Amino acid sequence: MKTDNKNFYKELMLRMCRVRQFEEEVKRLYGEGAVHGTLHLCMGEEAVDVGSTYYLKDGDYVFATHRGHGICIGRGVDLSKMMAEILGRSTGTNFGRGGSMHICDIDKGIIGCNGVVGANAPTACGAALSIKLKKEEDRVAVCFTGDGAANTGALLESMNLAGVWKLPVIFVLIENHYAVSTVVERASADTDFTKRAEPFGLGCFETDGNDVLSVAETMEKARRFVIENKKPCLVVEHTYRVSGHSRSDQNKYRSPEEIQYWDEHGPINRFTDSLISEGLFTEAEINSIKSQAEAEMKAAVEFAVNSPAADEEVSGLLKAVYAD
Amino acid sequence: MIKTYREAIIEAAAEEMQRDASVIVMGEDVGIYGGGFGATDGLIQRFGPERVLDTPVSETAFVGTAIGAAATGMRPIVELMFSDFMAVCWDQIMNEAAKMHFMYAGRVNVPLVIRTASGGGTGASSQHSQSLENMYCHVPGLKVVVPSTAYDAKGLLKSAVRDNNPVIFLEQKLLYDTSSDIPEEEYLIPIGQADIKRAGTDITFITYGRMVQECLKAAEALSEDGINAEVLDLRTLSPIDERTVLASVRKTGRALIVHEAVRFGGFGGEISALIMENAFDALKSPVMRIGGEFCPIPSGIKIERKILPEADRIIDAARGIVCKTGA
Repeated sequence: MKTDNKNFYKELMLRMCRVRQFEEEVKRLYGEGAVHGTLHLCMGEEAVDVGSTYYLKDGDYVFATHRGHGICIGRGVDLSKMMAEILGRSTGTNFGRGGSMHICDIDKGIIGCNGVVGANAPTACGAALSIKLKKEEDRVAVCFTGDGAANTGALLESMNLAGVWKLPVIFVLIENHYAVSTVVERASADTDFTKRAEPFGLGCFETDGNDVLSVAETMEKARRFVIENKKPCLVVEHTYRVSGHSRSDQNKYRSPEEIQYWDEHGPINRFTDSLISEGLFTEAEINSIKSQAEAEMKAAVEFAVNSPAADEEVSGLLKAVYAD
Repeated sequence: MIKTYREAIIEAAAEEMQRDASVIVMGEDVGIYGGGFGATDGLIQRFGPERVLDTPVSETAFVGTAIGAAATGMRPIVELMFSDFMAVCWDQIMNEAAKMHFMYAGRVNVPLVIRTASGGGTGASSQHSQSLENMYCHVPGLKVVVPSTAYDAKGLLKSAVRDNNPVIFLEQKLLYDTSSDIPEEEYLIPIGQADIKRAGTDITFITYGRMVQECLKAAEALSEDGINAEVLDLRTLSPIDERTVLASVRKTGRALIVHEAVRFGGFGGEISALIMENAFDALKSPVMRIGGEFCPIPSGIKIERKILPEADRIIDAARGIVCKTGA
């Protein structure tokens, strides 16, 4: 780590704290009965979310998953509008129609979080095809996916199509131990997902997904690889989902000790420890970053709870089904 | 100039590709091979492999790719070799293409056409002969078009390409070699507009696709009995042209719905309900339906014909309906 990168480190830390704090607030609001829909929180995956999105450019297309809050925050989606969407408010990113699973921000290239596991891979290839056909130079499509989606036909077919058509797409495979309750070893005959790159002609990168610097650096390389080589790549990022799969998860498939271990060794704590031990930041500085994130979340919640509930007339909803 | 249904489809795609650089064609064997039924023949020679893309046999991937491309500024025409294969990539169509515009707050459009060969009569058996339009019509966000003539196919396909929504374009296998007089000058047929293919006074045959031809044959035969049948070609199933349907039934007072798709749970039930809810007072007899039997489609020529509707059955049914109430 270098002293002259202090602003960069601060930004990474701030974004990770935003992700964590956002999820803490959403969880609290859910506990209070304020969230009508389901939730897939990404606590523990903050480094993946922030690191993977840090070096993406404004024109890049992002296709996220059902667990997409962190990715959206990483890309700088308005926190207040995100919170409002989750609370079903008219001021939400999708006017309350999408909820937690479908947050989008077209201006930031996020063509939506997606509720069907693996289904964003073909559409990400489509965005990459657009880029290729329009001969856009410095632009990629990013498909966030995971160990659960790894065995869907949609993802496997898409990896092949991307390989054979040389599409500018990055498949970011977030290996977070569990697909709902099913541990990776029980779902994949070979759990080394990096091996899936070669047969499909993809470049391959792998990183400790709990090390935010490593994730960011890896994604920067991956993006450059795609642009320079005009071919797709796979990035495997290893992390751990501390939060339950969704609101119905009772964590029956893992021990409290396991969760606690990973929470304590999670990316925010790890980054904090290294920043302090290397003498780059004081504890007070880190705390002030966390306070900033907390304050931002308070403002986002304030905005959301004071926004009117989404209440379009049926006639308006019906008109919204088709484009003109 | 007289052109086939197949030529009309090629011409429509070519004109749209010429007019708009964002129009591309994708699908299995759409290049040199010319498409499963020859309906992309010559396009790759004119527009090159960048705009006429042969795909792997990966329906989920290439249909989804077309959806993603549509969402980011292209206007893909995808060929799905057989409509039965819609089942292979249905998630992409139903959960992605149909929902994106609504779910993503109107910020994403999916201007996509999925052209696919539909229907039986070819001896291709149970997995290559179905008429599954009711599945597509059931999903808000999709449009469903079924042209019954070469003329309609051209005008409707051009409109489908220009539509900002996903359009399922159901081509009828047995119609590819049928012909119409296609004008030299450009024309469009609006999506959502039915067409009276034969005017009549005693009964309305409400139909679409290949069954339009069977209904026309039946209507000619019935005219010898003094029964004057109107043949209403829906052309678009979703959105449906309610006004034309109801006006025709109000005029004739009788309705016989004819489709090749399995009658049970079929689109005819929807039309029937539309009439019952809106024109019950005009009916001289109950609305009747003719459709495919509740059976997978068999291959043998004799048994396949028993499963699918033909003019004779339409004639018998129409006589029954009209005679009971007097013409």
